[in-house]
Amino acid sequence: MSNSNGTSQEISNNYLDMDLLRFTTAGSVDDGKSTLIGRLLYDSKSIFEDQMEAIEKTSRSSGEEKVNLALLTDGLRAEREQKITIDVAYRYFATPRRKFIIADTPGHIQYTRNMVTGASTAELAIILVDASKGVLTQSKRHAFISSLLHIPHLVVAVNKMDLVDYDQNRFDKIVSEFRTFAKKLDVDNISYIPISALKGDNVVEKSEQTSWYKGATLLHHLETVKVDSSQNIIDFRFPVQYVIRPNQNFRGFSGRVASGRVKPGEEVLALPSKKSSRIKEIVTKDGNLEEAVPGDSVTFTLEDEIDISRGDMIVRKNNVPNVTNAFEAYLCWMNEEEMELDKSYIIMHTSRTAQVFITDLIYRMNVDSISREDADTLKLNEIGRVKLKTSQPLFIDPYQINQRTGSFIIIDPASNVTVGAGMIRAGSTESKKNGKSGSDSKKKSPNVVWQPWNIPREEREKRNGHKAKVLWFTGISGAGKSTIARELEKRLWKEGRQTMLLDGDQVRHGLNGDLGFSPKDRTENIRRIGEVARLFFEHGNIVICTFVSPYREDREAVRELFPEGTFEEIFVKCAPETAHSRDPKGLYEKAKKGEIKNLTGFDGEYQAPKHENAVVIDTDRQSVEECADELINKFFHICPKRLKK
Amino acid sequence: MNNHLKVLEDEGIFIMREVAAQFERPVLLFSGGKDSICMVQLALKAFYPGKIPFPLMHIDTGHNFPETIEFRDRLVEEHGLELIVGSVQESINNGRVKEETGPDASRNALQTVTLLDTLKKHQVDAALGGGRRDEEKARAKERFFSHRDVFGQWDPKQQRPELWNLFNGRKNPGESFRVFPLSNWTEMDVWQYITQEKMDIPSIYFAHKRKVFERRGVWLADTEFVNRQDDEEIVEKTVRFRTIGDATCTGAVLSNASTLDEIIEEVSAARQTERGNRHDDKRSETAMEDRKRQGYF
Repeated sequence: MSNSNGTSQEISNNYLDMDLLRFTTAGSVDDGKSTLIGRLLYDSKSIFEDQMEAIEKTSRSSGEEKVNLALLTDGLRAEREQKITIDVAYRYFATPRRKFIIADTPGHIQYTRNMVTGASTAELAIILVDASKGVLTQSKRHAFISSLLHIPHLVVAVNKMDLVDYDQNRFDKIVSEFRTFAKKLDVDNISYIPISALKGDNVVEKSEQTSWYKGATLLHHLETVKVDSSQNIIDFRFPVQYVIRPNQNFRGFSGRVASGRVKPGEEVLALPSKKSSRIKEIVTKDGNLEEAVPGDSVTFTLEDEIDISRGDMIVRKNNVPNVTNAFEAYLCWMNEEEMELDKSYIIMHTSRTAQVFITDLIYRMNVDSISREDADTLKLNEIGRVKLKTSQPLFIDPYQINQRTGSFIIIDPASNVTVGAGMIRAGSTESKKNGKSGSDSKKKSPNVVWQPWNIPREEREKRNGHKAKVLWFTGISGAGKSTIARELEKRLWKEGRQTMLLDGDQVRHGLNGDLGFSPKDRTENIRRIGEVARLFFEHGNIVICTFVSPYREDREAVRELFPEGTFEEIFVKCAPETAHSRDPKGLYEKAKKGEIKNLTGFDGEYQAPKHENAVVIDTDRQSVEECADELINKFFHICPKRLKK
Repeated sequence: MNNHLKVLEDEGIFIMREVAAQFERPVLLFSGGKDSICMVQLALKAFYPGKIPFPLMHIDTGHNFPETIEFRDRLVEEHGLELIVGSVQESINNGRVKEETGPDASRNALQTVTLLDTLKKHQVDAALGGGRRDEEKARAKERFFSHRDVFGQWDPKQQRPELWNLFNGRKNPGESFRVFPLSNWTEMDVWQYITQEKMDIPSIYFAHKRKVFERRGVWLADTEFVNRQDDEEIVEKTVRFRTIGDATCTGAVLSNASTLDEIIEEVSAARQTERGNRHDDKRSETAMEDRKRQGYF
């Protein structure tokens, strides 16, 4: 027993340098997830003899020929009987470099809540794809949830390579299929690894069967991927968890630093009281600290006596969260009893608890097709975008910028059960009008503090005598977007409106000159245009944008930048034949000759808007004048006749 | 800096404070074992410079190794802690439970009744336990905040989802929680932490000479509490204990590890889980889950 070997020596000496990675897996019986975890545990020597004996015995008694590694991870009795994983299970293993916590979750749609739960603490997600079946809905669902929960690293493990003879073409095809799908997701770091969990290829040991694969094995990747990359080290937020007051002379505020850093002597502000003071000491039993960083469990004392209790938040004076009692969020419903609008629930957000009403369900997300649907309620395992109102203000940040201050749970006050989990998108539209719109958009520079516009848009609108608005024309090339937009702008301009027309070619020549026509570049193209449109919008203009903008998600992302009711999507459509014969820029001609690829309306994908979101203009049936008339009628209170030339 | 022990410690301290903030009458279940000693360490850190704002609770089977009790009393004394003892012997005297008979007789199962009675008597609404998810497969799905109905029972199918670091401790009158701050720790983490913190632990964790006998591959200490059979021969061996529980069912391992570093070395080379020496888990494949449903630790 006391014999040591090289590995143990290494572990015992180096454990002080080990760090920790939490990752999540999702999958069903068939795609080999349990086998993969069993393989990781087995090959990294984290399985003990008695565990192995136990599963050997069980495998034999259920008539299986080989030792079923999957049995290592299926814990509860019901699961053993039905051979399915029904709850989140946590597994642990360590290598000399790193300790790992696996949140192992089932992948069926009826277990979306478990996937969300597992993903909530993970820094990396392993998405399993069966090489013999390709990218199935289930893998997409897991990838989508991972992006929704903002997991910074994804690993696509293309499993069962042994069933496809370790075929590189097969692997490449799956990678390219997944890449296309992943454009729709908000994930920066995706790795692809060909493996066989059953045979052990590229899990721990590099496979000799895949000499064409030059990347790391799965375990090596897990050991070397950067940890803590989801931490926000800029915006200091300290939700007060507990007040320590052993005697009259000591009053300490305890908690865990949610984000940002702070040092003694620095000025801080307490919310909601807005009283300010300075950090006196950062107290721990092991001695006072020079600095507190994200994740630290510490106790602060302050220079001044100010009244602070659990649920309050200590922040920096010039970097405060949104203090609001109305906001929007993605909500995952986790209970058999469906969500009820305008019912009184309880919300837990940081260390604060309040009463909450879900006032509006904006849409339900179809997690399989990643599209939006109209719905009256959310049922178990459904995800939707909702508006919430709380009885007292919360101190929130968008989830994408700050997980700790952007997440919450909903509790049913009758049963006390956790029924929902939410990720905050943005404060209410009221706060957007104060110039904070866009604070929820994808940001790579979270340290930029939003300042209100110097001259608010409302002032500019007053001077202009009309409201600012965005009209977004989308449709395939040759549908007639630009022609109608030009006609519309001329009429508005004549009526004394401040207008601005943005169209594809202008922008492509300048601002977006560095972008091509790949799906990724198209997305970036639209994102930049959205931001430009927002600047003109804030300047009080009626901004008319004409862009093919083929992807629904991209257009929706632009819509998010603007307050409700100010962004209008106009779908200009015609039969493909009509567009091909119009061919105003000769693009279809070139495409037919094979000179250009990915032309929307020819060989590139176009995702039409959902009807409830867009005005549809059919240029096969209406003339340019008629189209312009219709839009004027719909959006501007001007008699169309007066506007004609 | 992401040192795994620091992350686990910060998380454990967070849970300790959350329990103190969310509950009215919490207790820390203390067995004298290394896990509960780590919990005491976390609690001391969580409330420093204040005192731990809740008592320790020890369920005494009456079959403890004397070293465990000595250690317990010293710890309580040193840190000025409050201690509640629930006695299995008393439960037997009151007729709440009946002593098992036969060679495998143990008070291990009986303690569940004493535990539930003691929790009820003190109106405890949250009991901090040292359970870890790596110990046993039924524990892999345990929550940090584990809800118990009015009978103290666990329903693995009705567990509350637990997300981010938001712990829902709300409950109806009579219901309670078991809370596990060491959920994410492994046996190795515990030993590394004890070493890093230079913590004191009961001497029986270290190698010592002891009279033992072998039963179904497990070395049991020869104490007055064990029904040793005639064909079970007493031998003296150098052993230590990997877990500390009731003397009737806690097996020793043959070991020369007499320092913490040697224990860590041994644990990392070990090919048996620590509960591999627990007779109580060997009764059936889902023994642990069955006991947990009834309200076991």
